[in-house]
Amino acid sequence: MRYLPLTDADRRAMLAKIGAKSIDDLFADVPEAARDGHFALPRHAGEMEVERRLSELARLNIAAGDSAFFCGAGAYRHHIPASVDHLVQRSEFLTSYTPYQPEIAQGTLQVLFEFQTQVASLTAMEVANASMYDGSTAAAEAVLMAHRITGRNRAVLSGSLHPHYAETIRTMAGLAGEIVSAPVRLGEAEDLAPLLDEDTSCVVVQNPDVFGFLRDLKSIAEAAHAQGALLVAVVTEAVSLGLVEPPGAMGADIVAGEGQSLGNALNFGGPYVGLFATREKYLRQMPGRLAGQTVDVEGRRGFVLTLSAREQHIRREKATSNICTNSGLCALAFSIHLALLGELGLRRLARINHARAVQLAERLTAIKGVDLATPAFFNEFTVKLPKPAIEVADALANRNIIAGVRASRLYPHEPGLTHHLIVAATETNNAGEIEAYARELEKVLAC
Amino acid sequence: MAELRFTESHEWVKADNGVATVGITRYAADQLGDVVYVELPQSGKQLKRGDEAAVVESVKAASEIYAPVAGEVIESNGALSGNPAKVNADPEGGAWFFRIRIGDTPALDTLMTKDQYTEFVKKL
Repeated sequence: MRYLPLTDADRRAMLAKIGAKSIDDLFADVPEAARDGHFALPRHAGEMEVERRLSELARLNIAAGDSAFFCGAGAYRHHIPASVDHLVQRSEFLTSYTPYQPEIAQGTLQVLFEFQTQVASLTAMEVANASMYDGSTAAAEAVLMAHRITGRNRAVLSGSLHPHYAETIRTMAGLAGEIVSAPVRLGEAEDLAPLLDEDTSCVVVQNPDVFGFLRDLKSIAEAAHAQGALLVAVVTEAVSLGLVEPPGAMGADIVAGEGQSLGNALNFGGPYVGLFATREKYLRQMPGRLAGQTVDVEGRRGFVLTLSAREQHIRREKATSNICTNSGLCALAFSIHLALLGELGLRRLARINHARAVQLAERLTAIKGVDLATPAFFNEFTVKLPKPAIEVADALANRNIIAGVRASRLYPHEPGLTHHLIVAATETNNAGEIEAYARELEKVLAC
Repeated sequence: MAELRFTESHEWVKADNGVATVGITRYAADQLGDVVYVELPQSGKQLKRGDEAAVVESVKAASEIYAPVAGEVIESNGALSGNPAKVNADPEGGAWFFRIRIGDTPALDTLMTKDQYTEFVKKL
């Protein structure tokens, strides 16, 4: 028996409601030629043949691990100790989805509790939730939360907030109010204060920003607070928190971050793990799940999901968020990696990252015509090249050096950024790779 | 001493010199269980009848408190923020939520009396 959830009459009623004639109308955006379902694929092949063919195709890619890799801009290649992968696969943890019968999974809840503690300490905030989908959705949730707290609905975004984050905020919070983006000021402390007004709920600033530039958030925090608005600080490189002054110490009211850098591979852009932290006074307005520590009737330590009345399964449409899922498995990897590093280990890792980036920046800017566009940085910086970055990056890719992210890929409509390349260096880039990058760049530019 | 009036959404109202004091009923407090948090309206807020005015949250549920009459909020019971458990202890007395300067007096007459509310709750 087939399961038929809808009758034809149901379908007709639904289509009529949205003004579509047929189900095919819903796919009008797909080019006609691609709609007939006929693709030039072989009908049958044995498993071995399929594997061989797919491997051939896969070899056309340059994998991050098979090259000298200097891309960042929100996704960072770091070394993940083998012990992380081993521990996350232990059966005590391997219920990676958000717990629906939570108290039975004490191990999972304890990990989430530790994760929250780590995120709060890293960001210098008072409370953190049990994680969100990723950094960009966390940033959008932060904007919606600021709207709830302030009763206002206008958000101001820094021009050097990662454009994908800005886009996610527009998608998720665009219907909830006005979103204003500041113009791009590469390598400068942009003055956002004139954009704030009495309707502004928050200003969203990334640190280090998308170009790698390090920001002092104190003055913008003061300007926001003077207008009764909140500062949402975005961090896309969690390792930076081992060295850079945390957002909580610079006046941030909400921190939305990406935790991929710790414990999680590049994974083609996801799944990642969103970090979300705030001040205790805003706890009730915070989205997401929250693990709490308590004692049972016999006085033994235990863990629960707490403050659930904020969540959608209880508050329905009045919930603080309609995404109460957390990235459990990625959060687990984050927590295990950070626990293995410890505080001193994280600081050391952060110093190594910074040192590698400084070394690379010095070598690259020693080349004639290559200028540093970000005077202060952590492990990522932007250089201005004497040729269009797209040509240089392609030429270097042919020499097995993935040189960075072109600024014009993120800002296709900014004509002033065509020659800029955003370059990241982590502990995975050794002296040989840095040397090779500088050597090959010099050759490419001399052509 | 003005008599209490009641709504079907379990608020009580006491009108005195054009000012309505609003809280939630003993029945509502018992149904909610241990109250852990209240969110109160700011003074000066203009409310229409039926607008969401406050939020009460217990260990098992969160509910809105609606304005039983229209008017301007002139005071909130700040003591509840520090001690939400008071809602369970004294719901129809000291644990009032907010006061409204009444804008639509006739509306009060349409609310239930104590006896009517008692009958209403029996049927739930």
